[in-house]
Amino acid sequence: MSETSEAAAPRPSDPFWAATRERRLVLQWCPDCEQVVQFPRAFCPGCLRDQLDWREATGRGSIYAFSVARKAAPRPRSFKDAGDYVFALIALEEGGRMMSNVVDCNPAEVSVGMNVELCWKQREDGTALPQFRPGDTRG
Amino acid sequence: MPASTRPVRASAALVGVADIVSPTGKLGRGNRELELAAIREALLDAGLRPGEVDGLALTGGISAPLDVAEYLGIEPRYVDTTMTGGCSFETHVEHAATAIANGQAETVVIVYAGTPRSGGMVPGAGGSGMKREVAPYKEWEAPYGAVMPIGGYALAASRHLAQFGTTSEQLAQIAVSTRQWAMKNPRAKRQEPLTVEQVLASPMVCDPLHLNDCCLVTDGAGAIVLTSAERAAHLAKDPVYVLGAASAHTHSMISEMPDLTVTPGAQSGPRAFDLAGITPGDVDVLESYDSFTITVLLALEDLGFCPKGEGGAFVVDGTLGPGGRLPTNTNGGGLSYTHPGMYGIFLLVEAVRQLRGEGGDRQVDGAEIAVAHGCGGVLSATSTVVLGTEATR
Repeated sequence: MSETSEAAAPRPSDPFWAATRERRLVLQWCPDCEQVVQFPRAFCPGCLRDQLDWREATGRGSIYAFSVARKAAPRPRSFKDAGDYVFALIALEEGGRMMSNVVDCNPAEVSVGMNVELCWKQREDGTALPQFRPGDTRG
Repeated sequence: MPASTRPVRASAALVGVADIVSPTGKLGRGNRELELAAIREALLDAGLRPGEVDGLALTGGISAPLDVAEYLGIEPRYVDTTMTGGCSFETHVEHAATAIANGQAETVVIVYAGTPRSGGMVPGAGGSGMKREVAPYKEWEAPYGAVMPIGGYALAASRHLAQFGTTSEQLAQIAVSTRQWAMKNPRAKRQEPLTVEQVLASPMVCDPLHLNDCCLVTDGAGAIVLTSAERAAHLAKDPVYVLGAASAHTHSMISEMPDLTVTPGAQSGPRAFDLAGITPGDVDVLESYDSFTITVLLALEDLGFCPKGEGGAFVVDGTLGPGGRLPTNTNGGGLSYTHPGMYGIFLLVEAVRQLRGEGGDRQVDGAEIAVAHGCGGVLSATSTVVLGTEATR
């Protein structure tokens, strides 16, 4: 049995967003399972450990899959006025995948397997959204 | 009562429990995080790990079991979201015990959280608790303008094209074959001819999916009645028997899908076929969820109608259309017949009509075995049902 006070507990993703204020991409890490827990959770799904570490990612990865949202896409309001934009699943160097955008390039030049590197989009609340742009082509 | 009529008796046991309460009556946490915390404690109480759980029961909303399983990193083959109010969980035990007795599940977690004192709107509607609770999709995918569900299917198509050399023309062929069935169905919404060129010329929505790769948006409704084989023998229509059925789910968000070219159909399909004692070659009619053309292509591979990666080559030459080797979506499907948002019941209705010989102009001659294969979320969940006529019993 648990007894919990009514003080709101921190959200598991708080450290992730806090780190983005310093332009750092951090990933949750389970020291017992020795693997990334992606996305951040209250406990490791492998072993149920609830004290998890954070590790800074290199910001390097490659495009696992991507799409271009065209004008005909059912866009959210915040993207209504945007041109065609790329959303993609990025395979991170450390393991795990994350949804993001591929920016600073022509959508027609984006391809599966392309290397990408981290960049940031400032948000009004002081946090930043991790995005990616074409990166080192050496692999 | 002879023992043989009590297959459930003492076949299942409750091995772990937990509850989370507060003397103040307030917990200050959201429903979903409380559900997950309770599951963690119950598993610790049982000495089990999430990977040993293959069934999930809860009363929550539209993607609740998908979200909870994703968080736990598990791929359940048994799920129950029965919602009958306060006694739901006793019914969950009843269903789970039956499933365990039948070998459909080994270890089932039943969970509940409600936070009416902390501002949760609906007790029992898991995940809709305190405002501070954010659905994973809203936190990790929506900020990037990743529009769902089409975005998830577009990403899967992107991966399939890149990994296997599948082409947009091959995807378009699925829409064309399905339209050819719709042209034989006077109740279908879209009955005008459609060509591969027209599909490719329709507006791109999310690359590589064109407008005509996407299902319709229509109103619609359906219902189904099941009864015992004994009773079925005395009713108005020829019985259509459930020969086998199985389900699976692997993720909720597309970013958590283990492999974007392999759906949970690779689990539910072979299990259902095995229970029915059939192979893909025995299937006379396939009714396979077609929210998008890629949905069908992935199902054809995962159900074993062709090897992984060869779906594109399989569907050309009208394989799925009238007169083809594998008549598929014979009512015109979600692409051309109807699609109110959750199309699965129409798969079953059409499968039954084909096995009864009620298909009219679109009837597949001599159909004895039909498969209804549904798909939910963003390729997140599948369920495969094998149906057969009297001759297949």
